[in-house]
Amino acid sequence: MSVIVFVEHDAGTIKKKNFEAVQYASGIAKKIGTTVTAVILGIIDNAEIEKLGAYGAQKVLHVEDSRLDELHPRAYTSALSSAIEKEGAKIIITLNDINGRAFAPRVAAKLKAGLVVGALTYPDMDKGFVIKKAVYSGKAFACVNITSDKKVIMLMPNTFPITETAGKTVIEKLVVDFSEKDFGIKVKEVSKVTGEVSLSDASLVVSGGRGMNGPENWYLVEDLAKELGAATACSRPVSDADWRPHHEHVGQTGGTIRPDLYIAVGISGAIQHLAGVNGSKTIVVINRDPEAPFFKAANYGVVGDAMEVLPRLTEAVKKFKQHK
Amino acid sequence: MKILVCISQVPDTSTKVVLKDNSTTIESAGVSYIINPYDEWYALVRAIELKESGVASDIDLVTVGKANTEPVIRKALALGGDKAIRIDADCSDPYLTAVYIAEYARNMDYDLILCGKESIDYNNGTVGSMLAELLDMDYIGFATEIKAEGNTAIVKREIEGGEETDSCKFPLVISCQKGVAEARIANMRGIMAARTRPLTVITPSVDDPLTSILSYELPPAKAGVRLIDPADMDELVELLHTEAKVI
Repeated sequence: MSVIVFVEHDAGTIKKKNFEAVQYASGIAKKIGTTVTAVILGIIDNAEIEKLGAYGAQKVLHVEDSRLDELHPRAYTSALSSAIEKEGAKIIITLNDINGRAFAPRVAAKLKAGLVVGALTYPDMDKGFVIKKAVYSGKAFACVNITSDKKVIMLMPNTFPITETAGKTVIEKLVVDFSEKDFGIKVKEVSKVTGEVSLSDASLVVSGGRGMNGPENWYLVEDLAKELGAATACSRPVSDADWRPHHEHVGQTGGTIRPDLYIAVGISGAIQHLAGVNGSKTIVVINRDPEAPFFKAANYGVVGDAMEVLPRLTEAVKKFKQHK
Repeated sequence: MKILVCISQVPDTSTKVVLKDNSTTIESAGVSYIINPYDEWYALVRAIELKESGVASDIDLVTVGKANTEPVIRKALALGGDKAIRIDADCSDPYLTAVYIAEYARNMDYDLILCGKESIDYNNGTVGSMLAELLDMDYIGFATEIKAEGNTAIVKREIEGGEETDSCKFPLVISCQKGVAEARIANMRGIMAARTRPLTVITPSVDDPLTSILSYELPPAKAGVRLIDPADMDELVELLHTEAKVI
């Protein structure tokens, strides 16, 4: 009856958001008086897996099969299903990210389990099994009650701060009987952008809009991002005009992000853009137009020309880092 | 090749959310509805491109919704579908939506099922993946390019911090996002022709939903912006460190 949590890794390294998922599973397990079993797939060292103990996983089931280093939604579904069956689990936690979206709904459909995508709270069990999630890309929240016996929760990354404990974990190998069909997708080529902070994982984001005047000025955004260790993003008009690549577009029809800090430069703050970023903990708006609607959604505002303000801000960050 | 495109009706992106009935419902009066942008701009338009290039023979459209969703499915037909199916049900639970579409599609021999990466109202992005499970097909999500080479789909998809190219034999389900197709607008001829294209309404088998929405909330109002002198960026950095504690 343990709570199952799926843990991803990137070539043998577990990213912070997975510790958050384990800790979230642990919070639920404690509430209902059970333990947490993590499931991890592919090739990864025991030393790295053992880190999960500190966030509340009493046990880890490791499916050690190198084919699982690539995303194969059907194989992942088979592996998770056999872990769920072995543990008699009724509650399954994954992250709401690109990989989670590929297999967690499959698992839910297979088990006939109710699913919440992008959970922002622990389940409220006084009213059933009620979890809050963003709808309309953050313009509102829905309180969703899962009524089925089995439940799949996809946690929104960067929702809860994580705390290490002295907990230890036990690793067990799990052998799964995969079929040929599980690997129907063949990966032909992978191209990763190296050296940049990925937008979905970033805790700090610097974003530019039309007020940057043109792609040739983007070095100002990049300089600040580099100094902060932040990812870069942009508004829709900017990506439509091909000033920036499509994957940087945040907003209702682009990506939704919830970083600790979102710095918007030369973005007016249309309702569609706000929808994608209003989960950010702190918002700084830099715009030459004091009437820009974004200022209403901001914590800190700077009324000024981006071309002048950005280099000054980059310099101030540099100075701050030196004196820290 | 037969393609099925899943179409969802959503409120226009400029919609302001207003709650009513003790916050159990989102006000629909005064809201204008559109085809979910990911379904229209990418899934449907790519299907049309595949037909124009001779790869696809048929494009069917499917939506789960009550009679009030018909204008939107008609608009999708005007863009380029051959026929449309409306499954007459409310689609508040993503699992049921997938079950209904699977029930319809199961014996229709579709080679390719396309949907948008998510709907912009409930932001679940789960129907494609669930549909693939229910129909025993492969699924590739967050596609940015779709090509067909014989009996194989070549699909570029977003991964964390980059892109991956996959190949997979048809039939399969793909969810689409920016990059998959070029934008286009329905022309007058398409709109006229769409009136004569068949729109079939089917009633799904009854099934119990696995989730229900009990209530809605609006985001808390921001406390108000604190303006910083553009000449003094040291102050901003200091506040981000000591007050906001984000750097």
